Amino acid sequence: MAQDSIRIALPPPVLPVRGVPPIGAIWRQIIRFARTKPLGAFGGVVALVLVVVAIFAPVIATHDPNATNSALVFAPPGSEYWLGGDQVGRDVFSRLVYGARISLYAGLLSAFIGASIGMLIGVTSAHFGGMTDLIIQRVIDALMAFPPLILAIAIMAALGASLNNVVIALSIAFIPSTARVLRSQALAVNEMNYILAAKAIGAGHARIIFRYMIPNCLALYIVLLTVFLGTAIVAEATLSFLGIGVPPDVPSWGGMLNGAAQTYVHVAPWLGIFPGLAIALVVFAWNLLGDALRDVLDPRLRGTA
Amino acid sequence: MQAYIAKRILLFIPTLLMATIIAFLLLRVIPGDPALVKLAGETGDANFTPAELHDLRVKLGTDQPMYVQYGKWVWGMTHLDFGQSMFFGEPVADDLAEKFPITLELTVLAMVIATVIAIPLGLISAIKQDSAADYAARVISIAGVALPNFWVGILIIYFLVSVFGWIPPLGYATLWDDPLTNLQQFFFPALALGFYQMAFTARVTRSSMLEVYREDYTRTARGKGLAERVVILRHALKNALLPVVTISGYQFGRLLAGTVVIENIFMIPGMGKLLIDSVFHRDYTEVQAIVMVITVTVLILNLVLDVTYGWLNPRIRYR
Repeated sequence: MAQDSIRIALPPPVLPVRGVPPIGAIWRQIIRFARTKPLGAFGGVVALVLVVVAIFAPVIATHDPNATNSALVFAPPGSEYWLGGDQVGRDVFSRLVYGARISLYAGLLSAFIGASIGMLIGVTSAHFGGMTDLIIQRVIDALMAFPPLILAIAIMAALGASLNNVVIALSIAFIPSTARVLRSQALAVNEMNYILAAKAIGAGHARIIFRYMIPNCLALYIVLLTVFLGTAIVAEATLSFLGIGVPPDVPSWGGMLNGAAQTYVHVAPWLGIFPGLAIALVVFAWNLLGDALRDVLDPRLRGTA
Repeated sequence: MQAYIAKRILLFIPTLLMATIIAFLLLRVIPGDPALVKLAGETGDANFTPAELHDLRVKLGTDQPMYVQYGKWVWGMTHLDFGQSMFFGEPVADDLAEKFPITLELTVLAMVIATVIAIPLGLISAIKQDSAADYAARVISIAGVALPNFWVGILIIYFLVSVFGWIPPLGYATLWDDPLTNLQQFFFPALALGFYQMAFTARVTRSSMLEVYREDYTRTARGKGLAERVVILRHALKNALLPVVTISGYQFGRLLAGTVVIENIFMIPGMGKLLIDSVFHRDYTEVQAIVMVITVTVLILNLVLDVTYGWLNPRIRYR
């Protein structure tokens, strides 16, 4: 009982969580962000469009993405089929719209899983230190020795081509760099007085890691998450483009560029141009948004890249 | 310096060993019994007898315990024996001896092209900061980082086909037999491969140059009356290039991995194309060997770069 009263008497080591601000305040913050970071706001709008397209794909798509129509084989872009037809007569526009779902699903999920597991490993490694840290860091070293794309290809080779396996492969590929970056942040946090205070009131390892260390590493985590989302979209497209990612019948942007788009580039250039344009635009916009978010969230990183 | 080199090499060995364990777990343990995979065929319903299975296991060496298999695999690799290809039945080492130089040439060529374009780009961008040339260079570098390399490759092919009526050659001429044809065939793939690297190096050159430009010794050089050209090339650029060379050197692994994509677009019969073909063939020994060759190349290069950087920049080695 005595311990409990001490625990209450001490000031909380992290800033108390403020209540959710009213809608008006959030709105004002968004407007201020748009005014100071116009490029970031542009990126945000494109990202929002991507999300809307992905969610409302069945409404936006003009045709069934998998329906084949022999009259549509290599049809040029026109009023009925906006972006033309592909080598088996499927509507390119509708496939592009449905492809947004795949990109967003693989991108969001793998960035989130990879960064979260990486953060947990990095923070745990920093907190325990000593032998644990040494062993974990050598495994991370070894994982980092593989170029991420090669690691992802090796995992896809072992697991086989499917959307969820792409997510697993990309998540694993993101773990080592996150763990390394967050470990260095967590090492600094571990030396803080509030960690000492937490130890003094008898907080266990789990409580220290989840209640005190992770909240203080979150800014960096969010920055990494935004960077990874763009990388993951390109990586998913790359794997699908190589034919070892999402199965070919599923409409994905990378998969649309595979095979026919290359072979028939002189007959039907729109097959190769539009999906690539979609990937480039989304990643470009996302990088702009990520840069702006990084400046706002973590002033220490301002102007470093 | 010796202590620093020793420390780096001591870190290198466990990393390498751990990497072999990861590759082994991934490509030998997770996919299951390779004999079963081979006999079951593509669809997984081919007929075979238990005796056949046993014979194939003995032949592939998978009847032995995992640690024996791992030990044999690593021991084989130390004298360049990567085992038999599960699909072709030939030694993997023969394939690698043929394909690795092709991939290496493509990577090095991409590195050279990227650097030759990027350094002047970054230099002009820094000297004429905030001018139209600077903005143009920065747009190129931002675009280069955002454009996926396979799309750059497709666009280059489209451009070549529509402007010059060029068709990607199916054959391949080696550098030694026919250097001119070889470079002709490799120039555009290398350009597509090096596009990201170019953008990246240009960015690093620009920021490094801007930093050096404000240093006291640059002002001193200018103050003693040297021509601006000499100040830039002899004093500023020379110092600015150190981080550029090392940072872009660490990107070599990324380039090497990128060949997987570029070789598949341009039909270059290198290691990257072999890797993807092997994934389709479920040829795990081949995949395993290629993954290890790429990883070891990157690890050795990083070691060399670390040591060189420590030698060039004493601040690193005493940390």
